Amino acid sequence: MSEQRVGVYVCHCGHNIAGTVDVEHVAEWSANLPNVVISRDNKFMCASTGQEQIEEDIKEFDLTHVVVASCSPHMHEKTFRNACARAGLNPYLFEMANIREHASWVHASDKDGATNKAKSLVSAAVHRVIHQEPLQPMQVDIRPETLVVGGGIAGIQTALEIADAGYHVYLVEREPSIGGHMAMFDKTFPTLDCSACILTPKMFDAGSHPHITLLSYSEVEQVDGYVGNFTVRVRRKARHVDEDLCTGCGSCWEKCPIKVIDTVFEAGLGSRKAIYRPFPQAVPKYPIIDVENCTYYKSGKCRMCEKVCPTEAIRFDQEDEILEVEVGNIVLATGFQLFDPRRIPNYGYGRLENVFTNLEFERLSNAAGPTEGKIVLRDGVTEPESVAIVHCVGSRDKNYNSHCSAICCMASLKFAHLVMEKTGAKVYNFYIDMRSISKGYEEFYHRIMEEGASFIRGKVSEITDAAHTPEEEGKLILVCEDTLIGRPRRVPVDMVILSAGLEPRADAQEVGYMFGAGCGDTGFFTERHPKLDPVATVTEGVFIAGACQGAKDIPDSVAQGAAAAARVLATISKKQVNLEPVRAEIDESRCSGCRICNNMCPYHAIDFIEADGVSRVNPALCKGCGTCVAACPSQVINGAHFTFDQLIAEIDGIMVDVTAGALEVV
Amino acid sequence: MSDNGTFKPVIVGFLCNWCSYRAADLAGTSRMGYPATLRDIRIMCTGRLDPTFVLRALQKGADGVLIMGCHPGQCHYQEGNYKAIRRFALLKRTLRQLGLEEERVQLHWASAAEGVRFAETVTRMTKEITALGPLDWSHNWPNEDPYALEEAAHE
Amino acid sequence: MSDKKGKLGLYWASSCGGCEIAVLALHEKILDVAAAFDIVFWPCVMDFKYEDVEALEDGEIDVCLFNGAIRNDENAHMAHVLRQKSKVLVAFGACSFGGSMPGLANFTDKDAMFDWIYKQSPSTDNPQGTLPQKHSQVPEGELTLPNFWRTVKTLAQIVPVDYYLPGCPPEAHQIEAAVTAIVTGQLPPPGSVIGPDVTVCDECSRTKNEKKIKHFYRPQEIIPDPDVCLLEQGLFCAGIGTRSGCGALCPQVGMGCRGCYGPNEGVLDHGAKILTGIASVLDANTPEEVDKILDTLPDPAGYFYRFHLPQSLLRRRALGNGQKQTAKTGEAT
Repeated sequence: MSEQRVGVYVCHCGHNIAGTVDVEHVAEWSANLPNVVISRDNKFMCASTGQEQIEEDIKEFDLTHVVVASCSPHMHEKTFRNACARAGLNPYLFEMANIREHASWVHASDKDGATNKAKSLVSAAVHRVIHQEPLQPMQVDIRPETLVVGGGIAGIQTALEIADAGYHVYLVEREPSIGGHMAMFDKTFPTLDCSACILTPKMFDAGSHPHITLLSYSEVEQVDGYVGNFTVRVRRKARHVDEDLCTGCGSCWEKCPIKVIDTVFEAGLGSRKAIYRPFPQAVPKYPIIDVENCTYYKSGKCRMCEKVCPTEAIRFDQEDEILEVEVGNIVLATGFQLFDPRRIPNYGYGRLENVFTNLEFERLSNAAGPTEGKIVLRDGVTEPESVAIVHCVGSRDKNYNSHCSAICCMASLKFAHLVMEKTGAKVYNFYIDMRSISKGYEEFYHRIMEEGASFIRGKVSEITDAAHTPEEEGKLILVCEDTLIGRPRRVPVDMVILSAGLEPRADAQEVGYMFGAGCGDTGFFTERHPKLDPVATVTEGVFIAGACQGAKDIPDSVAQGAAAAARVLATISKKQVNLEPVRAEIDESRCSGCRICNNMCPYHAIDFIEADGVSRVNPALCKGCGTCVAACPSQVINGAHFTFDQLIAEIDGIMVDVTAGALEVV
Repeated sequence: MSDNGTFKPVIVGFLCNWCSYRAADLAGTSRMGYPATLRDIRIMCTGRLDPTFVLRALQKGADGVLIMGCHPGQCHYQEGNYKAIRRFALLKRTLRQLGLEEERVQLHWASAAEGVRFAETVTRMTKEITALGPLDWSHNWPNEDPYALEEAAHE
Repeated sequence: MSDKKGKLGLYWASSCGGCEIAVLALHEKILDVAAAFDIVFWPCVMDFKYEDVEALEDGEIDVCLFNGAIRNDENAHMAHVLRQKSKVLVAFGACSFGGSMPGLANFTDKDAMFDWIYKQSPSTDNPQGTLPQKHSQVPEGELTLPNFWRTVKTLAQIVPVDYYLPGCPPEAHQIEAAVTAIVTGQLPPPGSVIGPDVTVCDECSRTKNEKKIKHFYRPQEIIPDPDVCLLEQGLFCAGIGTRSGCGALCPQVGMGCRGCYGPNEGVLDHGAKILTGIASVLDANTPEEVDKILDTLPDPAGYFYRFHLPQSLLRRRALGNGQKQTAKTGEAT
């Protein structure tokens, strides 16, 4: 090994570090650490002068490695790596010691302790850095095709953006039609435009776009490969209708004798047939046969649809098809599910008949819905004279979901407006806090207040039909503490709408596992960085958009869909992508083929090569977690940038006696 | 440092890059104070934690080792922390046979949002280790070789 | 006797004598050794006195094969003497390399051990509670015993060692290879472990699959499938993390590898490697489930450090309170 020449830079960060840590002392002390040839302190290392200092020193002192002691590597590792690269030093020969977030800011009351800790962290970095090796990012080609999973508004937007740019998209949707939740809504807040009116053209575009292959009623079963080169297996569930022949004329479902309660699109309020199209504007237009309820599949008889179909498109014997598609990038836009208010028994949903969910109300209010837009009680005829809207049902509640569902305040205001407009009923909103943070939302809130809706600040503890007074007879009574007047209240109404919160889909964990996207503590998919990288995931080439990433409204979903598309298009137009070189490699000459590592990898990056009796890591699939590295009992898997030697050296460095070898300040 | 009341333990921390290291960052940006006893090392995932690292830290004089990762089910790499759970359980049993107190080596979780939890964990562990006193592992290795002792006496 | 003939020394410190047998297991090849070397010291086989070896010039022995761990003053004395008298000092066998069986005493302490061996063990009849004394007066004069240490050490922890030949005992073909290398001067770089740098799995003919361990069995509890990896069948096997060279003798006959050849190159702690390999493939994800499986693996530290506890990072069980630091070469109890 040729001579190691380490440069150490200790940052004051103004007063942020220097106010607690004796920065000058740390720099002087570090000068005596092994291999250190220059050690400096600097007011702001991240400023251009600080970076230039590094660049100059690399040249002047012929530095082989650089250590900067400043803030978190999550803040400025890239900055200093780039500075090294500009001076011709491989960026992976740089190491950072975090003496701000992990020292000065948390040990303000213990200056000696903070200074000692800073010394130990610098020593760790200095010991470690000399074992670091130059690394080169790996380049892989990017296929121009993209897979978008989920055909709600976020997925549609993503697909259209990419397809409009001229690249092919496979849009996979689990349900028979794309459109997602937005297709079920009546109006959208705060503009009150008709949801279907703004969504349907987009659905149509997505369905007819020359660059979009729409795979509705389909599910992804398996994902292999890595960024640029994914192979995805999609199950196209049998519709039992030949799409090439069907014209969507509707004869089949008109004549079908079996009525089924529609729990999906009509939220259980309406019905459909056993052969059906979920809603008139469905894309694609073809119906499907519900084999659970179809008479033919039960008794082998009926075949009415087959008889009436003018193009002979019914295929009772159709089977699921398996399709393999090759794509370069994947966007997950799998959306959300609504919180099931039955989980809060004291709200009576499912027991008290005039307690509705928000989705049920959307269908009631929708002109294309089961009541043709009439807001009526469960009996189907009676208009309510008073309506309560309960916010935060299953949201912002430790017992269910601690997160804020983001859309319920505004949706509840919309409900208030629609109720007052259509029925003239008295409306009470029960809220915890009003959150109207986006453009036009606060104005909408004021408008609804001016329209006469009442707002009661307090969490509803119970909804009951047990009357205490004659006025409460036959009503639903909401019990809560009105926290503005500081008194318990009982508010009798005819109808209650529960603004159920948005939850991650029940299978989010499994889906995330299949695609290599993790779920955070709320269960939504985790973005790579909550602020600066909100649509990427830890898996290169897998992006997230819409409510699968966290509860959000339509404008935000659309924005994220477009953002994800932009990220995809950027990689497509680069044609190649650089992969972080932090990954594992097996020294096959020393591998004994014990196969301990084989099932360590969640990304299936490790293969056993039977012929050679050794295991091998596919570098493009490896994410660099190091789990296999730590598992290898013969220590022959090298985890680049987190090698055994580097980490042992870091431990040895961190344990040096920080009280010894201190320089005397003259 | 001896056990005369001024004992400040040295705890070596192994923090995963995605959750607990960020929790520590958050504790910093939120200026949550905790004792300056933890000296942390960043690894990409608790799945990278080779038990050798823990033994090395103890051998080199650490009074305790704190391993922190993402909550189970929330590993950035999906299941690395499950491997950490398995190795930690077996390591704990092994260390018990080597006469180490349970509190010396601990495994905890903190999400990137749990700066408070991170600070509390370090504070609590510091208290526990302080109560136990120094580990001083090197002193379990007395020099009994009369020749070496003689030589040492000459110097 | 030609001048070209080298001088060979062999010694046993704290050991069982198996290593001596292993040398004899060279069979007729021992004649080659005799042809190449004059044996100047081999107390197990020939009549030598310590004074004989002490009288040699420094560096006069060309090669010394030293087996056995260092457990008392006598062992240490001979280690120093033989280091001084030998050009090449080889730590021969698992005891001198890693401490091996004598090193298991580091799981306990001298006092506890003496108490058990000389007083408590069921086969002991010692009503006076007599313990070995460093000095005892008898009518003929004073008898002395070498001081018995509290801690077992490896040869390299006492004196610098040039080569390591692992194994309990080292296999004849490896001794032969080492001797040939010495004779022909084709030795690896000093400090090397002589042997292949792969693990026992490499030589084990059992079929290996992806591993998931749900339960550990003791060897007497099951009859293992003769063709499948023992570890996969729940039998403890240290072969995954143990240097090969033995020809996978134990696993081939249905007994999990004991780990006598020690770790691969670059490994700092043999036990930690076996530990991590085995723990990684436990088929459980919660502490409770993991503990349930581990309850079927009694004495894990004993398994992991069977041959190399004194050579491991922590080297021994913690001494009790008050025993640290003061532990010097005190009088025997």
